[in-house]
Amino acid sequence: MPSTTTEPMLVARDLHKRFGEHEVLRGVSLTVGKGEVIAVIGPSGSGKSTFLRCLNHLENIDRGEVRIAGEALVTTTADGLCRYAPEAEARRICQRMGMVFQHFNLFPHLTVLQNLIEAPLTVKGLSRAEIEPLADELLRKVGLFAKRDAYPSRLSGGQKQRVAIARALAMAPDIMLFDEPTSALDPELTGEVLRSMRQLADEHMTMLVVTHEMSFARDVSTRTIFMDGGEIVEAGAPQELFGRPQQARTQAFLRHML
Amino acid sequence: MDYLFQILGPLLAGTGVTLQVFALTLLLAVPLGLGLALLRLSHWPLARTLVGGYVWLMRGTPLMLQMLFIYFALPFVPVIGIRLPDFPAAILAFVLNYAAYFAEIFRAGIQSVGKGQYEAAQVLGMSRAQTMRRIILPQMVKRILPPLSNETITLVKDTSLIYVLAMNDLLRAARGLVQRDFTTMPFVVAAAFYLVMTLLLTWGFARLEKKYAVYDD
Ligand SMILES: Nc1ncnc2c1ncn2[C@@H]1O[C@H](COP(=O)(O)OP(=O)(O)OP(=O)(O)O)[C@@H](O)[C@H]1O
Ligand SMILES: [Mg+2]
Repeated sequence: MPSTTTEPMLVARDLHKRFGEHEVLRGVSLTVGKGEVIAVIGPSGSGKSTFLRCLNHLENIDRGEVRIAGEALVTTTADGLCRYAPEAEARRICQRMGMVFQHFNLFPHLTVLQNLIEAPLTVKGLSRAEIEPLADELLRKVGLFAKRDAYPSRLSGGQKQRVAIARALAMAPDIMLFDEPTSALDPELTGEVLRSMRQLADEHMTMLVVTHEMSFARDVSTRTIFMDGGEIVEAGAPQELFGRPQQARTQAFLRHML
Repeated sequence: MDYLFQILGPLLAGTGVTLQVFALTLLLAVPLGLGLALLRLSHWPLARTLVGGYVWLMRGTPLMLQMLFIYFALPFVPVIGIRLPDFPAAILAFVLNYAAYFAEIFRAGIQSVGKGQYEAAQVLGMSRAQTMRRIILPQMVKRILPPLSNETITLVKDTSLIYVLAMNDLLRAARGLVQRDFTTMPFVVAAAFYLVMTLLLTWGFARLEKKYAVYDD
């Protein structure tokens, strides 16, 4: 193997975020290497979603640093001044991350195919001829090529979420963020979405997945992170974290979940 | 029957004036209303306040008063005082007034699109302008069609207010004939004309709604 020193895909350092009086992130740090699949677990309200949303600029942090593939989205100076990259720059940096939401957020006025190609056309300025073959391939991959001309309202929840995954992939991101992608689904529909995610992990996509699916975290993640009270309480290989949790809070949470 | 043909000429001429006021108002007030709605929802506090005040003023006073003001009082206002001929004065009043109503319709339509749509567009790398143009406004259109249809039909009938500037729209033409010939026939024909215009509008909007029915939110 050639030994090249590569930048980590994502670095979050000492993230702080408060909503009013409520400090939701209290110094969260995480470094994600290329191809890692990180599962983030933790009780409701522990700040998991907020953490993801701070990584891709859906929320602004109060203090800390976020780097995507070596480029700084936000840094904090020694005297505590939080500085974001200029808007267009920040948009370009964040474009390397795709995101899948709990409630899909597909564009209802666009067909499945149009949902996939909208951003490549408008943001990247690609032509239809360039992006359509890729979009079709992605739709085949998530098993929804037959639905390419359907509107989202005609799809089941599981199908919608798979379209959302394909839509994010159409921008060719280096990292994929998932915020509880199966939590809004009927239990019998979670399997198809998890299968698509597992396939993505097998292709060595760098992934950060907030999930309540403990089996997915255990079987698919390369590292599992347990968050509670706005901080990372414990992190490690899933066998370790699930098999021999070190912290009392982790133990209590897992006892409750499993 | 002969009488009918005889009054058709003046009534059609009146309809022409009515349609001109209607079309010009729609053509100018819709984009102006959209601009006002976007300002109202912008991150610029001054613009929000100013537009809010504007909408309050325009919706809080009668259109007829606004028209009379622009025609009779505007010439005496210091600095901006200009004397407008009757037709431009009427158009200006209608546009300013209807833009306020349209702005409220657009604002409500834009605000009815959920936050998730903005976030989805943002994480795909779309700018604010791209998000508005490609994601939010197209969804707004479907949602505002019913109120927009209402407002447009109201506009057809409101055009009759220009009689206060002594312009010969459909209603004033009909009234002139009624007073001249001592028959209510011109009123009946004018009513039929208005009904045809609103019928065409209703039909047009129904078609648009059907077109947008291909998707559900
Ligand atoms: N926009 C906001 N304004 C105010 N408070 C917020 C906002 N977003 C999140 N919070 C609060 O921050 C805390 C953490 O929320 P977050 O959504 O990150 O938790 P979570 O770990 O994702 O929980 P869940 O498992 O329920 O999704 C909660 O107490 C929540 O009420
Ligand atoms: Mg959450």
